[in-house]
Amino acid sequence: MNNHQKNRIIDLTFKVYGFLFTAISVLILFILLYAIIKAGYSRINWDFLTGLPSRKPENAGIYTAIMGTFYIMVVTLIISIPVGVGAGIYLEEYAKKNGLTNFLEINISNLAGVPSIIYGLLGLGVFVRFFGFGGSILSGALTLSLLILPVIIVATREAIKAVPSSLRDASFAMGASKWQTIQYVVLPTSFGGILTGIILALSRAIGETAPLIVVGAMAYVPFAPKSLFDTFSVLPMQIFTWTTRPQTGFAVAASGAIIILLLITFIMNGIAVYFRNKWQKQLQ
Amino acid sequence: MKLKEKLIELLLQLFTSVTIFTTIGIIVVLLFESISFFSNVSIIEFFTSTKWTPLFSEKHFGILALASGTILTSLIAIGIALPVGLTIAIYLNMYASKSFRKLIKPFLEILAAIPTVVYGFFALAFVTPVLQEIYPNLETFNSLSAGIVMGIMIIPFISSLSEDALYAVPKSLKEAAFGMGSTRFQTAFKVMVPAASSGIVISVILAISRAIGETMIVAIAAGQQPQFTLNPTIPVQTITSYIVQVSMGDAPQGSLEYQTIFAAGLTLFVFTFLLNSFSFYVKKKYQEKYE
Repeated sequence: MNNHQKNRIIDLTFKVYGFLFTAISVLILFILLYAIIKAGYSRINWDFLTGLPSRKPENAGIYTAIMGTFYIMVVTLIISIPVGVGAGIYLEEYAKKNGLTNFLEINISNLAGVPSIIYGLLGLGVFVRFFGFGGSILSGALTLSLLILPVIIVATREAIKAVPSSLRDASFAMGASKWQTIQYVVLPTSFGGILTGIILALSRAIGETAPLIVVGAMAYVPFAPKSLFDTFSVLPMQIFTWTTRPQTGFAVAASGAIIILLLITFIMNGIAVYFRNKWQKQLQ
Repeated sequence: MKLKEKLIELLLQLFTSVTIFTTIGIIVVLLFESISFFSNVSIIEFFTSTKWTPLFSEKHFGILALASGTILTSLIAIGIALPVGLTIAIYLNMYASKSFRKLIKPFLEILAAIPTVVYGFFALAFVTPVLQEIYPNLETFNSLSAGIVMGIMIIPFISSLSEDALYAVPKSLKEAAFGMGSTRFQTAFKVMVPAASSGIVISVILAISRAIGETMIVAIAAGQQPQFTLNPTIPVQTITSYIVQVSMGDAPQGSLEYQTIFAAGLTLFVFTFLLNSFSFYVKKKYQEKYE
């Protein structure tokens, strides 16, 4: 066998390996989905969605967890959208290229790499204890807001960068002020990109468990929260507590709750991809 | 009019400063509680003892017992994610057809979007029983299963970041190698991977940092027993799952137990901060600029 043939065989072998590794990774995704759907689909019904948590696995429902997730997400969005989008606008449109801006940028990319459980400790020290908000919806939402802030800022900056400068110049030439230009030209044009970033950030926040455990999400909440200062549970927290129970019935309930959580996550990612494609077409 | 413009700029500036206050907040909170902790526990014991038993009557505070759990699960995860993720990146960049790449990428994105609590449940309820068929002595909670599943979770990070790095290498380099009669394998490993090496190294560092900070998979599937060991078949506890364990109980503020999670958190933060800074350094120093 000469060198040429040997090289061709190595090349072919790697091609087969590459295909196999790719295919196996996707296959594992399907095995995961199949195993969880098979284990949990029998629990998916109206009683499960509207039932309260229970000591008996066959009666346990996810109503309070879903309501907790819903309230936490609404408050998180109210806090993180203005702050995140605002910071993105500032860095892209106002900030001068200097040492301070450079520092801000490094800091944000560093924050994006901080493990989520550390944000939990931050929330515990600052919101739960120092401000005295306790293990409440407000503490949880503030903590998650800080966690997803870097994602929203980066997405906002990317979206604003994609706005052609000719549009800005045209607006200035018409006598518009800086903020008028941002409000009527830059933001409407970059809206699709910003929206995509916000949805992806939210979909990440919905699946977060660790930081909320640290700020005090409850394993068992008998009522849906009514105010910002109520205790709460969320869907991933409910799943986690059920996985730690020895009875097999709770594993079934956990699978059922995971199906709901994955549905929410996939739908949000789907919406984000839809908006991204629509927006990219619009830009061209 | 002028005033309104100025006020808006000030408000946006305030929003941006939230990111600075977040960093300051993290450092102050971690340091504040850790200082109280280290006034009660000797720093030498913290770094040299191999026993971690703050919840027992005979207390030991050796972070090595937790750190070894973190390192063991992360090593297994990277041992899986690095070869698989890099191979996928090279395959998609050098071998796969455009339509295949378009078909496969959304699935890899889904793999990255799955909440970690779901992966934890998958490890405990499905992967561990399968591994026990092969190796019956494997305990119900073990770092092998948790590490493998964490590796699967990290594959998309390495594959997509590395592929971006390969994609950024100028076409001319690839074509020159082909023109010299190289096979795709030779081009990939002698030209493309070296040219994209800084990006690939960054993707691996970020993946390690992610594995070290990962919480739910290890908290569910690796157990809650701090052990100074590299045996992947027995239960271990990581830094992150210790924080979860204490948080699930109700540690009163000011108690030593409450302070331990901040000392453990500080250790974790320093670990990941060093890794992130190193990746930033690599990016600044070695990123090849192509015109």
